[in-house]
Order: sequence, then C-alpha cells, then structure tokens
Amino acid sequence: MAKKFKATLDRRAAINRILEKRGDALVVTGLGSSCYDVGAAGDHKNNFYLWGGMGAAAMMGLGLALAQPKRQVLVITGDGEMLMGLGALATIGTQGPRNLSIIVIDNELYSETGMQPTHTARGVDLAGMAKAARFPRTATIYNDAQLKTWVPKLYAPAGSAFVAIKVNDTRYPMAIKLRDGAHIKNRFREALLGNAAFD
Amino acid sequence: MKSKKKPANWPNDIYEVFKQVGIKQVAYVPDAGHTQLINACNADKSMKTISLTTEEEGVAMLAGTWLGGEKGAMLLQSSGVGNCINLLSIMNECRFPLLMIVTMRGEWGEFNPWQLAMGQGTPPALQNAGVVVQRVDRAKDVGEFVSAAAQLTFNTCRPVALLISQRIIGFKDWSK
Repeated sequence: MAKKFKATLDRRAAINRILEKRGDALVVTGLGSSCYDVGAAGDHKNNFYLWGGMGAAAMMGLGLALAQPKRQVLVITGDGEMLMGLGALATIGTQGPRNLSIIVIDNELYSETGMQPTHTARGVDLAGMAKAARFPRTATIYNDAQLKTWVPKLYAPAGSAFVAIKVNDTRYPMAIKLRDGAHIKNRFREALLGNAAFD
Repeated sequence: MKSKKKPANWPNDIYEVFKQVGIKQVAYVPDAGHTQLINACNADKSMKTISLTTEEEGVAMLAGTWLGGEKGAMLLQSSGVGNCINLLSIMNECRFPLLMIVTMRGEWGEFNPWQLAMGQGTPPALQNAGVVVQRVDRAKDVGEFVSAAAQLTFNTCRPVALLISQRIIGFKDWSK
C-alpha cells in the first residue's frame, strides 16, 4: 500500500509541544514509549504512567474525565496500545465527555517488541475510527504546523477529541524510572484531591 | 413456557447499598441477572452508567474513576470475568479498589454447556489474578454482602469480586 505521507515529526518533540501548554490538565499515558516520552517531557504529579495493562489507557482516561468534569484529561498513548482497546472508542463516543482528548503517537510500529508493523502501517485509520465512533473532533496530524493548530484544541473542553500524530521511527531510552504503581496512584490522587485522597 | 415473575428484591438492595456507599460510576456489560439493577442505576441522575463493549474496559475505567476521586462499581456476568484478567494487574500493582458484582452462570441448574467453562473457572481465575472473591447464595443476604464487599475494597484498596449465585438469579426450566 502506497503511503501518502512520510512521517517526519519526532515523537518527543511532538509531546513536548503538547505538554508545555498543559496548565492544570491531568495526563494518563499508555505503556511503553509514550510513557517514557511523557516522563521525558518533565515528571508531574498529575501524570499517571501505565507501565502495563496494554489497552487500558483510553478507558482510564474516561473514568478520570467523568470523575473530574472541570479538568481537561489527556490520554497520550501509542498506536499498538490503542489498537488493543478499540472498543473504548465506541464506549467513549457514546459517553461524549467534553473534557477528554486522546492523543495517539503513531509510529506504525510495535517499537518495544522488535519494530513489527501495526495495522496503522497497513492503512487502518484510527482517527477515522474515532470519528465513526462519534468523537466530534478528530484529526490525523502529519506536520508541525498542523500540530500547532491542534494543541489549543486539545485543552479546550469542547467535546471529546482524538488525534493520531504520525511520527518517525526514532527510539529513545527510558527517561523515567518511576515504576511503583501504588506510589504513582497515591501521588496523583494527593495532588488532585488533597487530604480527601485519604478519606 | 414463561411465567411472569414479580421483581426480585435483591437488585434493589444492591442499588440502595450503592447509594449509601456513594457509588457514582456504574460500568456494565449487560446481563439478564443485572437487568433490574442496571435500570435502577440508569434512572438515577446522580449516577453515571457506562455501557461497555467488553469487561476489561470497566477495569481500566474504574481505575480512572478512583484516580479522579469517585467511587464506581462494575456489573458483569461470569462469562466476562476472563476478559478482565490482564488489566486486573493494574489494580494490584497500583492498589486500586475495584468492586465487581458478578452474576453467576454455569453452576446451579445451568442448561447451556458453553457457560460451564467460565462459570466453573470464575473463582480460581479471579483468585489467581489477585482478586478477593466473596460469594452470596441467598437473596436476603445480597445487600449485606455488597455492603461488606464495598467496605473491603474501598478501605483496603484491593480488588473484590462478589459472586451472586445462579440459585439467586433463578432456575430456568429449559426442558419445556
């Protein structure tokens, strides 16, 4: 299958461009490279890093967005992780949280397991699937100019958003060592809820 | 031959416990045994009900629910328990609470042989995944057991599954 575009964006540059505007947004990562990338952009108490549970990120974002309707929730994950939980698009689409943005860093590869192609390399259109699942705002992003126009939209509580950002296949080392799940959860809740975290 | 049954009390007992405990998000994959409870939760404007495509979505979602400071519960039937297994690792690693109310098939008076694998497999599968498994066999005890399971999960931050015996849900005579 001929590709229309060659992906030139760098995954960490793309995530930095998004997270430099995070304000008080809450962030959930998928496992693998997107987890490390978000850590590399700067650790934050309101980052929840999934180091396992492949396929969980989007639905975790939904539960969080429903519990915190006044806060913007960003899910930052990979194409392989998203493909493992595609039903989540339908579930989120029917719930329609205004404050949830799902960002797929799409290198079209399973980069943790030996760079095997994912279905997005074979033409599967994740943003198209999200649109068909009733996400009101969707896009596939190929370049920095498109990304710049989308960053403010990702923080606007104007309806569920889904963007697939096509990135090149550069791999980076793990930039975050924080792996203890109970600590990551308790830290997140205390930063968000204060003393009520321990009620 | 189908006889008209009057509504059972135990689904409403679960709903009342949900109200007392402060359950705000109810995720479910529909099950005939949970019909009354799903309808009661859907009718309650103070609860968000979330219809899932598969049970593992509910495990992930309820981790996010707790992360955001709300309490939730998942309604499922035993055949959906296997769908949850890998994502239950999140609950254990992070010590998230998880309240699963599982209506049982494949045990008391089952007629469908395809239900037996997960019906009989549900308790050991959940236990192997690190879930505290409790079981209620009498309709009059359901409310008390849900209340106890809720206290256990939300105060110890461990995943808990309450299995509701197929005997409570009712015997279908499929010979007629």
